[in-house]
Amino acid sequence: MFKRLPEADEATIEFHFDGQAYRAVAGDSLAAALLANGIGQFGRNAADNSPRGPHCMIGNCFDCLVLLADGRTAQACLTPVAAGMRVRPYDPATAGSPE
Amino acid sequence: MTANGGPVEVAVVGGGLVGAALAYGLARRGRSILLLDEGDVALRASRGNFGLVWVQGKGRGLPAYALWSQRSARLWAELAAQLREDTAIDVGHSQRGGALIAMSEEELAGFGEMLAEISEAVGPENYEHELLDHDGLAKLIPGLGPDVPGGSFTPYDGHVNPLRLLRALHAGFQTAGGDYRPRARLAHIEAVEGGFELRSQAGTFEAGKLVIAAGLATPDLARQVAVEAPIHPVHGQLLITERAAPRLAIPTNIVRQTDEGGFQIGYSNDELGYVTGTRLGVLRDIAHNAVRALPYLAGLRILRTWGALRIMTPDGFPIYARSTEHPGAFVFACHSGVTLAAVHAMICPGWIDGDGIPEEQACFSPERFDVQTTA
Amino acid sequence: MNATVDVELAVIGGGPAGLAAATLAAEGGASVLLLDEQASPGGQIYRNIEAVCDRRPAIAAALGDDYRGGLELVRAFRRSGAGYRPRASVWEIAGDGALAVVGDGGAEVLRARRLLVATGAAERPVPVPGWTLPGVMTVGAAQTLLKASGLAAGEAVIAGCGPLVLLFALQSIAVGAPPRAVLLSEGFGDYLRALPHLPRAVGSLDLLAKGWGWLRQLKSSGVEVVTGVSAVAARGGSAVDGVGFITGGGRRDIDAGLLLLHQGLVPNGHLLRAAGCAQEWDPAQACWRTRRNSWGATSRNDIAVAGDCAGIGGALAAAEAGRLSALDALYRLGHIGRAARNGRALPMAAALRRHLRPRPLLEALYRPPAEVLRPTAPDTVVCRCEGVRLAALTELRGLGVPGPNQAKAFSRCGMGPCQGRLCEATVGRLLSDEPPLAGRTPQTYTIRPPARPVTVGQVAALDGLAEPAGEVSGMLDR
Repeated sequence: MFKRLPEADEATIEFHFDGQAYRAVAGDSLAAALLANGIGQFGRNAADNSPRGPHCMIGNCFDCLVLLADGRTAQACLTPVAAGMRVRPYDPATAGSPE
Repeated sequence: MTANGGPVEVAVVGGGLVGAALAYGLARRGRSILLLDEGDVALRASRGNFGLVWVQGKGRGLPAYALWSQRSARLWAELAAQLREDTAIDVGHSQRGGALIAMSEEELAGFGEMLAEISEAVGPENYEHELLDHDGLAKLIPGLGPDVPGGSFTPYDGHVNPLRLLRALHAGFQTAGGDYRPRARLAHIEAVEGGFELRSQAGTFEAGKLVIAAGLATPDLARQVAVEAPIHPVHGQLLITERAAPRLAIPTNIVRQTDEGGFQIGYSNDELGYVTGTRLGVLRDIAHNAVRALPYLAGLRILRTWGALRIMTPDGFPIYARSTEHPGAFVFACHSGVTLAAVHAMICPGWIDGDGIPEEQACFSPERFDVQTTA
Repeated sequence: MNATVDVELAVIGGGPAGLAAATLAAEGGASVLLLDEQASPGGQIYRNIEAVCDRRPAIAAALGDDYRGGLELVRAFRRSGAGYRPRASVWEIAGDGALAVVGDGGAEVLRARRLLVATGAAERPVPVPGWTLPGVMTVGAAQTLLKASGLAAGEAVIAGCGPLVLLFALQSIAVGAPPRAVLLSEGFGDYLRALPHLPRAVGSLDLLAKGWGWLRQLKSSGVEVVTGVSAVAARGGSAVDGVGFITGGGRRDIDAGLLLLHQGLVPNGHLLRAAGCAQEWDPAQACWRTRRNSWGATSRNDIAVAGDCAGIGGALAAAEAGRLSALDALYRLGHIGRAARNGRALPMAAALRRHLRPRPLLEALYRPPAEVLRPTAPDTVVCRCEGVRLAALTELRGLGVPGPNQAKAFSRCGMGPCQGRLCEATVGRLLSDEPPLAGRTPQTYTIRPPARPVTVGQVAALDGLAEPAGEVSGMLDR
């Protein structure tokens, strides 16, 4: 999987995914931040519930969807990570509902 | 010469919801049926509609239409079961009542008058309905916006998945032995001995009887069998959101949650001609209205907005016609292809197969528009 | 927040074409606004270039001179005075030219007298069995992670064809994360097919030499390189754990926690299609592209196009095409005369021709294999969003479904959030006659707005719209 190269390792931000705390680098997309922490599955597909993670990283495939704390969906590859951010795996059964 | 080797008993022109329902019903009666359809890109209102099986408010000014819609609504569960049996396709039929959401006191009062008038015309015993204030409506629709004054409810209404319905009708038609021909836009109809010769994009066909259910292409074709069918397009814009957890149990006039989880939100009414695009301002107005009605919709992402053209008659009621000059030719046109799918599949095929349009439905003849059929 | 901004030229996309165009137009006196989805200028090719060159020298060195060469383009753009709106997605170009935009501040409508669409390229979807498993990504996606966040793709299996496959494998080696294996779909036949194009490409032998050099370098690095690979398939449960394929030596299987696919680039032209700009089929690149003249003018007289979103030509060609489009914009906006436009265009047009010269050779050499264009395994997921498999589309063929739009209605294929971007070409081919008639182009979906998702609440709060706002966008069906 992915590993952060030494000169890019400036992890200072803490964020949460699925209740767990992780560290990220300011400027990371949520997708990069999750992948850097060894998380490859971001959620489940809305139609067939199959496991999904980022595929294209340019906003086209929508397989990197996650749920924000307020229930909104976000494309992790286009969403910057922010300190204190709380994110959940995308799940069609809880999409639209706040934490 | 025929493109498929021999004449058929009935040719249905138009593979949308109306044509496919009629063709399906005819094929189930054991007739040899040909269904002529357009290609992949067609105006096809059946791919753009709102999916309601709806009675509430229909038939003001023509009680027969209210009764006809109700008759179809009552048959809908049977149609859904029959389609499942024939095709294994679940069309997502759910009919547990529906609500009209009023966005102003005036609109609420208008709903009250409208429902009272229809109820009186068809008999109150046939028209159970309730006018609800905000709290009453909010019991049916949790999460209702605070400034919605109220609405109305009837137990007859429901919704289906209109795209799966179209697929099921096509699949059922073919399972019953029907011959489907896409990319076969009909250009010319010639009355010949014992029936009709049909010249299409896909070749020439012969049929004993002819059913024209070609949506907005109907007027030109109907004229060739001496029926005037005054139809014009009315643009409606809709949107659909991403999927979300189930939240809205019953369909309403402005939003319904589909069986797949997305919220379908509508809709506009504009006379724009033959244009199927969308307008930003209309999208904004639709979204604005929806958020007022159900504030929880605000955070959902819109996946798609589209325009579709309703098949509208001058008075909004269906046109069902049998040609006087060519009694083997029938014309069907309406904008309620989902609601009326049950009667189109289960009742009307008997008319075509038998003695024609019954007296009870004679009110749907286009002669009501005072346009003489060209004799 | 929702104020209407009026500019003379709005440029959509901050890659080489958009940057070069915005720079030239702003320097030429036009008021320019560049809108881009990313947080910093550069596009995907020069992604995050300022920060990488500034703070991550080892990664910059690994990415190479072609990457670092983009820095001057970004610097010139920063100096040019052009307006810049990062992290902004255009979700619709309305019929009257209004731009619907969504960004951190919500949705808004902007107005520009002219639009230049420079939305670049996307990687061609590679529908192989198992490609929806977490851990199956595109090569470009992995390279984006390297550029944007300094993430190296460790122990990846890279499969496909095209220059990016070799380049990224070498970049991964350079940052100390060599791939486990590189599986190349091209074989000897591709080289033979490419030969006739060689003479025309002679003027750009340096570029060709670079490609051959990459392959030699990769083969000598110790990384396993397999050529003539077909039938790539990912296996795994909740994530990929291996990849199977067929080679001259028979069927093989390699363990892998990361599978990176690439079969070349296609124009990222959804927005243009939704706006009604006429398209044409490019048989050499096996993709649709927007019809345009040598200035980038499309069939809509308020919209021009430049760079890879109008047909793949690479970054250097994109920048020249952007400059040509900007010159034409300056002319049409009244900032320069026709003679000045034409005179200044000459060296740019010459450079553009030079950059495009090797394309036919590259296209012949790196043509995606038939199995990628038209997959055959019944359980292959064609539509990722809706999980529609090839077998379901085969069933629709049996129903007589005439094309992708009816297939979409009947199966939801292409109806998900990606709007068909990842399945359209496949569906078009699967539903066309078999074998495809010579010269016949695959059918396409009718594209509907929004090109990027925008929330109901954001749209509800839009202002700056007349009542009822705007003309109808989208297609006239007849």
